[in-house]
Amino acid sequence: MIGVISYLVFFATTASILAIAVLGLNLQWGNTGLFNGGVVAFFGAGAYATLILGGAAQAGHLGGYGIFYPLALLGGMVAAGLMAWIVGLLTLRLRHDYLAIATFGVAVAFENLMRNAEWLAGGAKGVRGFERPLRTALGDGFIYNLVFFVVVLLILILTYLFLQRLVVSPFGRLLRAIREDEEAAQSLGKNPARIRLIAFITGSVILGLAGGLYGTFYAFVSPQDVLPTLTFQIWAMLIVGGAGNNRGAIFGAFLIWGAWTASGWALSRFAPVEVQLYTGSVQFILIGSVIVGMLMWRPQGFLPERLVVSHKGKTKRKQHGEY
Amino acid sequence: MVEPILQAKAVTAGYVPDLPILRDVSLTVRPAEITLIIGPNGAGKSTLIKAISGLLPVSSGQIRFDGSDITGIRTDQLSAQGIAYVPQTDNIFRSLTIRQNLDLALRRAGGQVPTRLAQLFEQFPALAAKQGDKAGTLSGGQRQFLAIAMALATAPKLILMDEPSAGLSPKATQEVLEHARTLTTQGVSILLVEQNVNQALRLADHCFILAEGRNQLDGPAESLRGNKVVGEIYLGNRRVGFA
Repeated sequence: MIGVISYLVFFATTASILAIAVLGLNLQWGNTGLFNGGVVAFFGAGAYATLILGGAAQAGHLGGYGIFYPLALLGGMVAAGLMAWIVGLLTLRLRHDYLAIATFGVAVAFENLMRNAEWLAGGAKGVRGFERPLRTALGDGFIYNLVFFVVVLLILILTYLFLQRLVVSPFGRLLRAIREDEEAAQSLGKNPARIRLIAFITGSVILGLAGGLYGTFYAFVSPQDVLPTLTFQIWAMLIVGGAGNNRGAIFGAFLIWGAWTASGWALSRFAPVEVQLYTGSVQFILIGSVIVGMLMWRPQGFLPERLVVSHKGKTKRKQHGEY
Repeated sequence: MVEPILQAKAVTAGYVPDLPILRDVSLTVRPAEITLIIGPNGAGKSTLIKAISGLLPVSSGQIRFDGSDITGIRTDQLSAQGIAYVPQTDNIFRSLTIRQNLDLALRRAGGQVPTRLAQLFEQFPALAAKQGDKAGTLSGGQRQFLAIAMALATAPKLILMDEPSAGLSPKATQEVLEHARTLTTQGVSILLVEQNVNQALRLADHCFILAEGRNQLDGPAESLRGNKVVGEIYLGNRRVGFA
């Protein structure tokens, strides 16, 4: 029984971390219309920076600063934000598919940099030597994981509340206005380039926060953690949950992560041995099929964006093709 | 002689470098007047208004507004200087309510927002009645009124209107154009691109005719009404400035 609970805590922790990442992407895509195809780079920047700043001294690569953990996590968020600022200045003038390609390129470059620049983050061996905060007090077992899950859940709730407030604020309405018609927003004296950059950086800082928590949870990060697969998983979570809806983003994260782990378990248990060899590949096909299927049959996701229609407090769900 | 509020001198501009749509186009807009730009399809009317509003780069020539050179200044910065641009279509934010659309435009008004909002609703009572509704639910004419109200919310000296009658019924077109006329009594100048030539010429003070990206003719709107040359330019039988 404790094994099942322990696994559920492990599952919920990972899903909650990914939900934070999906919320970051939702601010960029769902609320602002920025097609970030390089999600994993900002997630990875947060993970690497948190472990490098908060970890013990390591020979052969940067790190060992042993900074107080909350500051290290903050450093991870700042690293992701700085990277978003630079990438944003270079790419945000591009639209949709071009922005997606450019940011995807950034993510591939990031992975290659982490894989090859050993002096920076240990290369293919990754960053080790990070001691999880409060480990001496809580140990390494179930209690630690439970406490860590509660902390992650609290951060997820705080991130959700922050974004909910942002969406209904004048700034949130401005994001939607720019998403709908940039020229009209410009004609009213708004600077879409600056607003898009702010949204891109804010979303990336949230992705960096998720990456920092992910690195903390596993006390390790390597180039294998920043492969494009994670970008597609996070995108699938947002598309399935419902772009533009923060609750949809969280729901999508739990649903897709559940489907991903369940499919892995089912394949390893029931599929023929020849198929089991390709479990990872089969899972990628499943994720791709889910994205295509949702885009064809329910592009607004399971929990579509809710839009205020009248002063009587009625709301209407966003329909396909409608803003 | 009244000093023009807007003056474009020999403006050359286009969407692609080295492929100008407008060639050496000049025009002036006088204060509190409606200046009309007409011409056949592809004449460069919308291109001119986009070049003035900073949405398109000007490769040569100069645009002066209220005594300052505004050539190459970004659209959002022009708004702060007193120029509002009302695009032809997609000029409102459909997923926001009417009130939210106006709030967005009024954000520079600071503490005066409630007063300004009340003034706008007084001027556009149909919008006041639907202020909590999503702008996407408005009719074509009401959308144009909302777009004009949003432009007015930025307290402009000059409004650039790109075919406000596009997609409207003749009755709605008349209402929109007549409203534009009333704005000039409040001291606002209007540069209007319009396809409904006869209706627009009745309301405008001065008119410029473009064809194939060049100035063809200009004069008081009254004098161009029923002018045979205007019809000939439209039908392509006459061009000015071509060898």
